[in-house]
Amino acid sequence: MALLQIAEPGMSTAPHQHKLAVGIDLGTTNSLVATVRSSMSTVLHDEEGHALLPSVVHYRADGSIEVGYAAQAQQSHDPHNTIVSAKRFMGRGLKDIGDTVQLPYQFIDTPGMVQIQTRAGIKSPVEVSAEILKVLKQRAEHALGGELAGAVITVPAYFDDAQRQATKDAARLAGLNVLRLLNEPTAAAVAYGLDNAAEGVYVIYDLGGGTFDVSVLRLSKGVFEVLATNGDSALGGDDFDRRIFCWMLEEAKLSPISPEDTRQLLTKSREAKEWLTDHAEARITSLLKNGELVDLTLTSSKLKELSQHLIAKTLAPIRKALRDAGLSIDEVKGVVMVGGATRMPQVRHAVADFFGQDPLTNLDPDKVVALGAAIQANVLAGNRGEDDLLLLDVIPLSLGLETMGGLAERIIPRNATLPVARAQDFTTFKDGQTAMSIHVVQGERELVSDCRSLARFELRGIPPMAAGAARIRVTFQVDADGLLSVSAREQTSGVEAHIVVKPSYGLSEDEIINMLETSFKSAETDKQARALQEARVESQRLLEAIAAALAKDGALLSANEKQTINEKMQALSELAKTEDSHAIHDAVEALNRATEEFAARRMDASVKQALAGQNLKTLEL
Amino acid sequence: MQKNHFELFGLPARFSIDLQALDQLYRKIQSEVHPDRFAAASSAERLKSMQLATEANEAYQILKNPTSRARHLLQLQGIDTHEDSNTAMPADFLMLQMEWREAIEEASAASDIDALDNLLSETRKTARQLQQQLHALLDQPDAIAAAAETVRKLSFIDKVQADIGHAINKLQDA
Repeated sequence: MALLQIAEPGMSTAPHQHKLAVGIDLGTTNSLVATVRSSMSTVLHDEEGHALLPSVVHYRADGSIEVGYAAQAQQSHDPHNTIVSAKRFMGRGLKDIGDTVQLPYQFIDTPGMVQIQTRAGIKSPVEVSAEILKVLKQRAEHALGGELAGAVITVPAYFDDAQRQATKDAARLAGLNVLRLLNEPTAAAVAYGLDNAAEGVYVIYDLGGGTFDVSVLRLSKGVFEVLATNGDSALGGDDFDRRIFCWMLEEAKLSPISPEDTRQLLTKSREAKEWLTDHAEARITSLLKNGELVDLTLTSSKLKELSQHLIAKTLAPIRKALRDAGLSIDEVKGVVMVGGATRMPQVRHAVADFFGQDPLTNLDPDKVVALGAAIQANVLAGNRGEDDLLLLDVIPLSLGLETMGGLAERIIPRNATLPVARAQDFTTFKDGQTAMSIHVVQGERELVSDCRSLARFELRGIPPMAAGAARIRVTFQVDADGLLSVSAREQTSGVEAHIVVKPSYGLSEDEIINMLETSFKSAETDKQARALQEARVESQRLLEAIAAALAKDGALLSANEKQTINEKMQALSELAKTEDSHAIHDAVEALNRATEEFAARRMDASVKQALAGQNLKTLEL
Repeated sequence: MQKNHFELFGLPARFSIDLQALDQLYRKIQSEVHPDRFAAASSAERLKSMQLATEANEAYQILKNPTSRARHLLQLQGIDTHEDSNTAMPADFLMLQMEWREAIEEASAASDIDALDNLLSETRKTARQLQQQLHALLDQPDAIAAAAETVRKLSFIDKVQADIGHAINKLQDA
């Protein structure tokens, strides 16, 4: 008979509580939120029963903001103020976005990331994405009946550092605690692999609204190991719509048309493409503003012809990923289709031909990413057992530094398993040189000008020495979210510089804080209340984490050490009842420092334990 | 001080290792230390977890690849293979290199992907032979110089293979 457990009075039972965690697929065309309920991953619906939330944000004349279907309905009427496919602009400059002529927006070319002029003012793609995330957050909190402990947000595997950082910023603006940024194909592999108890090498073919990813994974006993990833972060279902749109302009001999008509015809293009999934031909009719009537028939074979070039563009990244993984096509056990655009029969046939096997389509290609993200969120929030499900993901694009002559020196190669760190030594070029400028780039090309510039920073105060005498060690660290931080240190003098890569693109910390403040339109007291709330949440999280660690591994500490930690915990929980957010923050830091040694010992002990379980005989050859 | 990457996995420091066992041990360690296990932990634990997971990834990569594994074994014995500065090679190996380079250029010019694929197999065969030699060389204390030269040769071949890969990519993209 099981004994009933009774908690000590005043002791929190929180570590055992089920934490509310969600997975969010922030898509180019549609977004979704899912969660694990009674060990099943399920997509959460809105009050009308919709699973998908169109990734469309409409800034209305009355100052309010519409998101989703209501906003989508406005896109032909109010194209300048209705932002669709904002994901395409995340972390991107104006020159990175190809055909802006066809887009009905007034872009503002700001350094790093483009912005859009709307009637509600100048909006960054980060702010637009945050509006979508806020709606999903509300939907989840309403459905689950409580505040979210955290969220896993998916990003295309081929997103670079700038695009990832922009996504994380959007989540922060929406008030979400990001547990992890997860690559979309990896999320899909989790949902698929767990559902089908799959083992072996799988390829995930993910053609979304605006991005294409391919990942090669090895699935083995709950370990999902990404071997290689590749893709095109500016290729997706939208491009097929645009091909149809261009065909219509040509066929109907339309002269330059208004933004409203463009939007309407693009919508018609998408509808025709979707219709052709199950039909041989689609009739497209549309009445333009000038009274002209467009009436065309698009056949399935015409669509095949129009989309041939785009589909071929997805095959090159597959070849590259397989080569990077050191695998041939016949070693692939299955191909999982992800993303709404993979519903197109033309795409399915091309993939089947390429791999010599029919792709797997038994999970809804629109939902599989969110479902996988929810499973990972559930694990990260600590709701599952310890020894199941481990995701080992990779960095999609090489990271390097600019060296003499505008060449990129690769420091971390693409497809290195995360987290990863690499150091490289550099030296000075001139006698008496006291500063060194460090330019961090991402990409596969040899010339810096062909790579993406991530950040520039300077290491100053190098003691004057002869050229070539200084030893400057630059260390790159990429964390499990795929985000980079760089530090530089002159070895003989110890001069240091460190940055989390951010400043040269996108939003500065100040800009984010400003947005947070304006978005809450708060008075000074509200800001303080918010800071206090954040500090309390942080202290609660830390206290729970340490209490759980002590309960499990307290034996690793001496009585004295335990007492020190207990005192700091006591101090923090007392302070958390006060109104002083600074003091709470300081106490959190103090407790963190006091537990560093404990953390190290716990980790070492668990590694030893893991290895002790191995039969040494199997290790001898 | 050179860190011994074999120690992390509890493996004996030698060239012959059971790669399947290495895979298993690597996964086992990552299951314990990966940042995903510490998403809700204190920042001290998250930092430590990132460091250990980073270390496990590095050690795994070095041991998995025969060239870097051999290089690491030599480094543990205090031998630097000087791959950047010492490019002296026996004449027959240099000839082979030149032949391969010419073959890459010819096949690229003729857009002949099959020829490049064959070349890749050929380099792999040569690499395997060199790896076989390493088994013997690394176990003899008086053969260290020869072992270092073999590592340098393998590292040459790694570069040739990377270049063949680039050439194939270029042709397939065109």
